[in-house]
Amino acid sequence: MGTSDIIILAIFVTSLATFLSRFLGALTSENVSIKSKVFQWFNCVAYSTLAALLGRMIIFPAGVLSDSDLIYRLIVLSSCIFIFINFKRNLVMPTILSAFLLAFLNNF
Amino acid sequence: MINLKVFFRGLRSLKGARSPAIPLATCFIALGALLKDAGFNLQQSAASSFFTYALPGQLVMAESLLVGASLLNIFIAVWLVNFRLYPMTVSLFPLLKHKSQPKWKYYLSCHFLAVTSWLIAKDSYKKIDQRYRIDFWMGIGFGTWTTAVLMTLIGYLLSDYLNKDMMIGLAIVNPVYFFCMMIDAMKSVSISIAVIGGTLLGPAVYLFSTEWAILFAGLIAGTIAFLFEGKNGY
Repeated sequence: MGTSDIIILAIFVTSLATFLSRFLGALTSENVSIKSKVFQWFNCVAYSTLAALLGRMIIFPAGVLSDSDLIYRLIVLSSCIFIFINFKRNLVMPTILSAFLLAFLNNF
Repeated sequence: MINLKVFFRGLRSLKGARSPAIPLATCFIALGALLKDAGFNLQQSAASSFFTYALPGQLVMAESLLVGASLLNIFIAVWLVNFRLYPMTVSLFPLLKHKSQPKWKYYLSCHFLAVTSWLIAKDSYKKIDQRYRIDFWMGIGFGTWTTAVLMTLIGYLLSDYLNKDMMIGLAIVNPVYFFCMMIDAMKSVSISIAVIGGTLLGPAVYLFSTEWAILFAGLIAGTIAFLFEGKNGY
């Protein structure tokens, strides 16, 4: 099997593994009322799972981000959150700044 | 059929001061460049975002291929890292349900579920008439999904012009955007506990189990937040 075939199969299994969670979620949703305890639990778990992923992305990143220092990532994150909270919760400004700030600090 | 007026209102969520377009664009540009380095061609890179559209899973796939992992290993690793999409779907779709809407809309549009689209929908669904919320969601999802696919292509084509520092700068944008959105969503004590608990537990559990960290940390912190909510009646 050639490299190209392996990549195509990898895309297929990745898509399948991802769509499975989404589709099962859509099926489960049919029987879940927004007033139920189950919905409240799923809501809390959804936020915490996402937060766990974000915490991992900052502390133990994958890909190119792992080539930057942890302290720089934490400085960038806390500075941008400070700007977000104090400047009318505008999302564009801190996100653009984060890219420039980390690239600058990484070269410092 | 789809209410186009509401659909385009969802699509317009990509504009303005809370726009997800910039963080989406930067992270998928970085992904496009990474996929080229991993040996993908242009069509394969686009197909990856078109069919998967979940950045952490796509990163896991690319890194697993580079170390020669088997297809079964890739499936399990991606399923574990993208399992968060299951509780995210269950915590969103009941809010979009209406008996007059056909089921195919829900089954097809679940493909658009990603962190960005989920956070926007959770932030703005109350402004939309319940009957047309699924059309609003489809607008948000279609906009974020097409942005992701296009930016993967652009990232692939620009990869020769992106140096390492630029790639690092692009890669931080996504977590920063998501953290800001999560902080904005901390409007109740239970959600605040879920977000803070998940953020702390995610890296902590990762020290013991790299593959199960997100799932375990999410279940533990989410259940604590839920129990706290039940006990205090928030």
